[in-house]
Amino acid sequence: MSFGHKHILGIEHLSREDIFQILDTAAGFKEINTRAIKKVPTLRGRTIINLFFEASTRTRTSFEIAGKRLSADTVNISASSSSVVKGETLEDTARNIEAMHPDIIVMRHGASGAPHYLAERLDCAIVNAGDGAHEHPSQALLDLFTIREKKGSLEGLKVAIVGDIAHSRVARSNLYALTRVGAEVRLAGPGTMVPPGIEKLGAEVHHDINDAIRDADVVMMLRIQLERQGKTLLPSLREFSRFYGLNQDNLKLARPDALVMHPGPMNRGVEIASSVADGPQNVILDQVENGVAVRMALLYLVAGGEATEES
Amino acid sequence: MPEVTTVILNQAGINRALTRIAHEILEHNKGTEDLVLIGIRTGGDHIAGDLADRIAAIEGEKPPLGAIDITMYRDDLDSRGSLPLGRTEVPFDVDGRKIVLVDDVLYTGRTIRAAMDALIDLGRPRNIQLAVLIDRGHRELPIRPDYVGRNVPTSREEDVAVDFDAERHPCEVRLIKP
Repeated sequence: MSFGHKHILGIEHLSREDIFQILDTAAGFKEINTRAIKKVPTLRGRTIINLFFEASTRTRTSFEIAGKRLSADTVNISASSSSVVKGETLEDTARNIEAMHPDIIVMRHGASGAPHYLAERLDCAIVNAGDGAHEHPSQALLDLFTIREKKGSLEGLKVAIVGDIAHSRVARSNLYALTRVGAEVRLAGPGTMVPPGIEKLGAEVHHDINDAIRDADVVMMLRIQLERQGKTLLPSLREFSRFYGLNQDNLKLARPDALVMHPGPMNRGVEIASSVADGPQNVILDQVENGVAVRMALLYLVAGGEATEES
Repeated sequence: MPEVTTVILNQAGINRALTRIAHEILEHNKGTEDLVLIGIRTGGDHIAGDLADRIAAIEGEKPPLGAIDITMYRDDLDSRGSLPLGRTEVPFDVDGRKIVLVDDVLYTGRTIRAAMDALIDLGRPRNIQLAVLIDRGHRELPIRPDYVGRNVPTSREEDVAVDFDAERHPCEVRLIKP
């Protein structure tokens, strides 16, 4: 049995079976990360290029470690140090990289659809590490992995996603992934930050955080992207924090065993109170730990390509 | 052409072979000190569990039991694609241990090569021995078993199937001719 996709561009095109295949594969890889010798020869001789047009520490490091633990050669290229600043187009940059025969390009770009554009033009496999406000598939998959690990299953769970839904690729990928595996998704945010019509994708929409959190099994807080649109969409951060921040009081509305999640980096005191971020229900660092195993699974599954022989 | 299936080892034959292997392991290692059994998924782990029970019945002490999945160590990612991954569970330190690696059917030896690489990534065992229920020949690597249940001459076109019962004990070995 091989994985049915050459690229990982988004969750939208993955089936429930694909998602579980990725999670099960990641579970097999997780054990390696706790060994003394954290390396297996699975992708020996493969070259993976991390092509990051946007700043990222966590995701890029996680993909880099994932590749290295599978014995692939990983090379990082960031936009600020590349010929992008000299005016090269995305396609030219990518073609030049492809001429060096990488097997996989892991890519982050500020424009939605950029990885899809390259996937149509290049021969190597593309893994989307975040494209604009569109998708961030590896984040959603590591969130599902963490929830499944803590809760035992995903089906029927009530998951609240709170904050700037409109500009969040994490929210979009999680919405696709969670609804596909049978979880109930509730979105909450101020009117300016919830895209109209998103309920058509299978989510309940609330404008009061308390309605979204009530009886939830998981509360997922999104980062307010201060560097992007914080100024125009919000009267003030203090007001946002008062109405949409997670704190010890409103967390009591969720189930007592509810998980608190955040994709990072956190704005402490804005979308999440420090007492909650460091509290007993937080699984924020579990998310980071599981990210490596999930990304190992993604790299392994796309590296296998289409099998030429049935096992 | 219909397949022709021959039973080459029945329950009684399997019991005799595994009991003999259990005795041989104990004799060779002079007891159970530092001895561990690690089975290769899937099949070898069930046989390792069976052997551990037999060793416990003879010696009064059950050796630690582990299981490894060798998918990450395969050499055929290009031709067979990304096969599903199983779990590796070795809940003890392998440093200085005498490891009996257990598999159900020994064929080309490539699985054993991968398993030895996997074991060495977990630490530095004192030695690695190999126990198999069936050796069907056709080695492609310089690997030989220390303990063999039954040598079965086969052709490459044939297949050897080990069946397990509900308790995961081996109950029958069949030779399948195409």
